[in-house]
Amino acid sequence: MEQQILDQALAQFELIGDEAELEQVKAKYLGKEGSLTALLKGLGKLSAEERPAAGARINQVKQAIEAALQQRRDTFAHARLATKLAAESLDVTMPGRGISCGGLHPVTRTLARIEQLFHSLGFAVSTGPEIEQDFYNFTALNIPENHPARAMHDTFYIDPEHVLRTHTSPVQVRYMETNQPPLKIISPGRVYRVDSDATHSPMFHQVEGLWVDEHVSFANLKGVVQDFLQRFFEQDDLQVRFRPSFFPFTEPSAEIDMSWRGGWLEIGGCGMVHPNVLKHVNIDSEKYLGFAFGLGVERLAMLRYGVNDLRQFYESDLRFLKQFN
Amino acid sequence: MKFSENWLRTWVNPELTSDELGHVLTMAGLEVEDLAPVASEFNNVVVAQVLSVEKHPDADRLNVCQVNVGDAEPLTIVCGAANVAAGLKVPCARIGAVLPGDFRIKQAKVRGVASLGMLCSAVELGLATESEGLWILPVDAPVGMSLREYLDLDDKLFTLKLTPNRSDCSGMKGIAREVAALTGSELKSITIEAQPVTLDEQLPVIVKDAQACPLYCGRRVTGVNAAAITPVWMQRRLERSGLRTINAIVDITNYVMMEQGQPMHAFDSDKLTGGITVRRAHKDESLTLLNDQAIVLDEEVLVIADDAKVLALAGIMGGQGSGVDASTKDVFLEAAFFHPDAIAGRARRYGLATDSSFRFERGVDFAATRQALERATQLLLEICGGQVGEITEVRGEMPVRSAIALRASRVARVLGVALDVDKIAGLLRRLQFEFTLTGEEYSVTPPGFRFDLSIESDLIEEVARLYGYDNIPALAPYAALTMLPCSEAERPLAKIQQTLVGRDYQEIVSLAFVEEQVERDLCGNDNPVALQNPLASNLAVMRSSLIGGLVGALRFNLNRKQARVRLFEAGACFAKAGNKYLQTQRLSGIAYGDRLPEQWGAKAAPVDFYDVKADVEALFAPRVLRFVAAAHPALHPGRSAQIYCADKMAGWIGELHPQWQQDMAHACIWFEVELDVLMQAQVPRMSEIARFLPVRRDLAVMVAEQVSAQSLTDAMLNAAAPYVQEVVLFDVYRGQGVIQGKKSLAFRVSLQDTQKTLTDAEIEPSIALLVDVLNRQGAQLRM
Repeated sequence: MEQQILDQALAQFELIGDEAELEQVKAKYLGKEGSLTALLKGLGKLSAEERPAAGARINQVKQAIEAALQQRRDTFAHARLATKLAAESLDVTMPGRGISCGGLHPVTRTLARIEQLFHSLGFAVSTGPEIEQDFYNFTALNIPENHPARAMHDTFYIDPEHVLRTHTSPVQVRYMETNQPPLKIISPGRVYRVDSDATHSPMFHQVEGLWVDEHVSFANLKGVVQDFLQRFFEQDDLQVRFRPSFFPFTEPSAEIDMSWRGGWLEIGGCGMVHPNVLKHVNIDSEKYLGFAFGLGVERLAMLRYGVNDLRQFYESDLRFLKQFN
Repeated sequence: MKFSENWLRTWVNPELTSDELGHVLTMAGLEVEDLAPVASEFNNVVVAQVLSVEKHPDADRLNVCQVNVGDAEPLTIVCGAANVAAGLKVPCARIGAVLPGDFRIKQAKVRGVASLGMLCSAVELGLATESEGLWILPVDAPVGMSLREYLDLDDKLFTLKLTPNRSDCSGMKGIAREVAALTGSELKSITIEAQPVTLDEQLPVIVKDAQACPLYCGRRVTGVNAAAITPVWMQRRLERSGLRTINAIVDITNYVMMEQGQPMHAFDSDKLTGGITVRRAHKDESLTLLNDQAIVLDEEVLVIADDAKVLALAGIMGGQGSGVDASTKDVFLEAAFFHPDAIAGRARRYGLATDSSFRFERGVDFAATRQALERATQLLLEICGGQVGEITEVRGEMPVRSAIALRASRVARVLGVALDVDKIAGLLRRLQFEFTLTGEEYSVTPPGFRFDLSIESDLIEEVARLYGYDNIPALAPYAALTMLPCSEAERPLAKIQQTLVGRDYQEIVSLAFVEEQVERDLCGNDNPVALQNPLASNLAVMRSSLIGGLVGALRFNLNRKQARVRLFEAGACFAKAGNKYLQTQRLSGIAYGDRLPEQWGAKAAPVDFYDVKADVEALFAPRVLRFVAAAHPALHPGRSAQIYCADKMAGWIGELHPQWQQDMAHACIWFEVELDVLMQAQVPRMSEIARFLPVRRDLAVMVAEQVSAQSLTDAMLNAAAPYVQEVVLFDVYRGQGVIQGKKSLAFRVSLQDTQKTLTDAEIEPSIALLVDVLNRQGAQLRM
C-alpha cells in the first residue's frame, strides 16, 4: 500500500511542470486529506504488535516523498534562477561608465623619477625662489659682477638686484647657509634663460644635486652620476663620460656626456664645490669636500620618451600630453 | 675660437688624425664644437689657362677653348660659361676628376666637338653656394698645379668652445702649447727678433690708471705702404679663423692677435694730436666707434685718448677718425695689457662683443706684450715697409703671480685616486709650470698666460685634466646611513596632483611669463612683476595667477577640435610687495565641456560650478571648506567664490566671465588654491565610535533665492540644538508648489547621543529649535 502511494507520488511529481502545481499535488499525499495522512491515521486501528513496523514503513515513505518534493522544488528554483540570470546578462564589451582619468606632465613624471632615485640614496629635496637675488644666483656662486660667465647665462632681470634664477644652484647656497654638513640634497625646479628655439626654452627645469661630507671625492661624483643615469635609463651598460669644463662654482668641473646613438650627448654639468662657495657659507673647505651636479630635466625626458622638440612641453597640446599618461 | 688645422700643425704636429686630435682637445676641456674640411671632396682639378676661345660651330651658347693645363699640348674643352675669355686662369677638372656630388668628368662629345675636361665655377667645386660663371684665379696662379695644393684646401677647420678660464688658448701659440702638453709632441716656436730701430721718433705715452693698464707698449712706424696686398697665406689663415680681410695693416694686427693671442690696435699717426693717454673716460664724453656706433662714456670705462679727443675704447674697439686706411702713411702700433677687471663687462654695456674684449676680459699673457708688438712690426716691415721707431713702454702695477701650494694628499682626497709625487711632478712639467717640491707639497708658480690659476683647487683641476678624467674611477661613496625625515603633517605635492589626475584633469606646464594685458584683464593687476629684458611683449611680465596659462592652453586645445578639456597646473605666482617679491606656489585647474566624457550611459551635460567645487572639496578632504561669494575680475560676478579653509583664504573658484570667453560655446570653470594650505594635513587621532544609532529627520523649507544654503546650515549648527551632529543639504527644488523667486531646500539632520538611543520625545525639542531658527532666517517649513 505505502509502496503504491510512493510510486504514484514519484511518478506524478515527475510530470508536474511548475512549483504551484507541485504544492497542490503535495497536499494529495501529505495534506490533511492526503492518502499518506490517511494511512497514518489508520495506524491506531492496528494491533500494538503491528503498529511500530507499519509506522516505520509509512514514515519511510513520507520521508521519501518529502525528499522527492524537495528535489523537484530545487530543480524548479534552479531553472527559475537560470532563466532570471539569462535574462539579466550584460554586453560586457560595452565601455565602462563614468569619469575617465587625466595624467601628469612628462616633466613632472621625469622629476618624480629623478627624486625617487636620489631618495633611495638618501638625498633630501630642497627648493628655493625663482625670482632670486643676484647675490645667490651669481656672487655667492663665485660669479662676481662682470665675470664673463655671467654673459653665458643670458639672464632675465627684474631689477638690478633681482633676476629670474638661471640655474637651481642658488638653492645649494641657501641650504648650506642654514644646514651643517654632512649635507645631501637635490633641488629640482624651474629656471630661466633669455633663449628660445627648438632646443632652448626661456623656461626649463633643472635638478641640482649637492653632497658635502668629509670624504666625498671626484671619483664618488662620477660614481653617483653614472649610477643615476644607468638607473634612470634602465640601462646597466650606459656609457657616461666626464669631460673637463668650467663652472665658476665647481673645481674641478666637468660636463657630463652620455653615449647616445653612437655619439656623445651632453646631459649636465658637475664638479667639486669650489672652496670660495664653501667659504661664503662658512663651511671649512679643509675639513669638508663637496660635489655638485646639475641635470637638464627636459633633456632627460626627451631622451627617455623620444620627444624631439623641447617646445612641445610647453604648448599644452592634449594630443601630446596624453601620450605620457 | 676657430682655426686651421694646417696652421696648427706648423706649430706642433702630433701623430694623430684630425679626429683623434679633436678628441684629445675635447677631453682636455677644449671642447671641439665643430671639425669640418675647408673644402668639399674633389680631385684632379688643376690651375689652367685659357689660350683661345672660339664659338662652337653648332651651338650659340658654347665655346670651344684651347686650355693649357701644364701638359705639353693644350686641351680642347667645350665651355658654356659666359665669362670665359682667352688669357684667364681658371680651375680645370681633368678627365677622371671626381667633383662634389660624385660628378665624374669623362671624355665627351659636346654637339660633335670632343671635350677633354671641364672648366669650373666655385659652385661646381663646392666652394661657394652661388657664383657667376667660371672661377677666375689670380694671374700668378701656377698653371698645372693642383688646385687643392694651390689653395691649401686639404685643411680642416677646428671650432673650439672656449670656457672663460682658458683665454690662453685664444691664440695659435696657446693652442699649440696646449696640444704639446697634451700629446708630448715638440712645440716649434717661431723666433721673434727685436726689429732694428731706424727712426728717431717716439710718441709720449701717459698711463693715468696704472692698475687698469699695467703695461702699455707702442711704437711709430712711418712711411708704410698701406695699400700693399695682404699675402695670400695670411689672408687664408685669417679667413679660416673667421676674420675678414680689411687692409694690410689691420690684417697684420688681427693676424698677430690670432697667432699670439695679443689684441693689438693700429692708429693712423697723422690723425693724432700730441701724445697717447690711457685714462678713465670723463662722464658724458662721447666716441664714435669703428662700427659707426656712437656711445656716451663714463668713469667706469677705460679709454685711449690723445691730447684732443678720445681715440678708442681700451681693449674693446677703436674709434672712427684715428684708424688706418689705404691712405695711411704713418702708424702707431699699440700692444697693451689691460687688466681683466678694467675690461670685463664694459663691452656688454654697449652691446659689443669683440675679439679684443673677449681676450682682455679673460686675461692676456702680460709677459708677451712686447713680443707681440715686435712680431707685428716684423710683419709690417715685410709687407708694407717703413721706418721703425723705438718702443715706448709704460709699466704700471703688474699682476703678481704668487706661488701656490699643492699637496699630493689633497689631490688624492679631492680626486679620490692616489697619484704619487713623481706622477704629479711629471704632469706639472708638461704644463710648463715652474715648481719646487718639499715632502709632498709642491710650490707652483703659474705662468703669465694662465690667468685662471690662483688656488690649490685650480692646480688640482689641471692635474686631473692632464691625468685624464677617464682615468679617475667611478666609485660609490661610503657614508653613514641615516634616514630622512618624513612628515605626515604635510601632504606631498605628488599625492595632490594624483588626486586631480584621478578626477580627469591633465597636467600642463606653461611659461611663467605672460602678456601685461592678461594680468590686467584676468587678475586686475596693474602693477605686475615686469622683466627688464623680456623675450617678447607677450612674455613681458611674471604671472600673478595660473589662470592666464590655463585659459591660453584651453583655447589652444579648443582650436584643435578638443571638445572637453580639463587641465591643471602647479607652479609659482609672483607679486610685488613693497620692494620685495612674493612667490607663492599655487595649484589651479580649469574644466570645459561635458561633465563626463561622451558615453552611452549618461546624459551629456556641461560641467558647472558645483562639479568643480566637488573637485576642490576632494582636494582638501577631509578638511571642510567654506565658499563665500566674492567678485573676481576674471569671473562671472554671480558665480564666483573665495575658498576658505579653517578661516584661511585658500583660493578662488568660479565660472569665467562671459566677456573673456566669447569665443567659447560653454562655460569654463576655474579654480586656484594656495599650495601651502593644501599641503597641510593632520595626523589622524582615533575617537570612539558611537554605540547608538543616529536618528534622521528631514526639514524642507522655502526661502528667498538670495538666501544662501550655507547661511541656513550655519544658523542651524550655531543654534546648539541638543543631539544635532550634522546638517546636510540634500535637495533643492524650484517649480510647482514653490513661489516664484523662492526655492525649496531640504536638509537632513542627524541626531545622536553617546549614552542612549533617542526617543521622539527627546528629539522633538531639538527639531522645534531648528525650525524656529530657520523661521528667523526667513525660511518657512514646507509640509
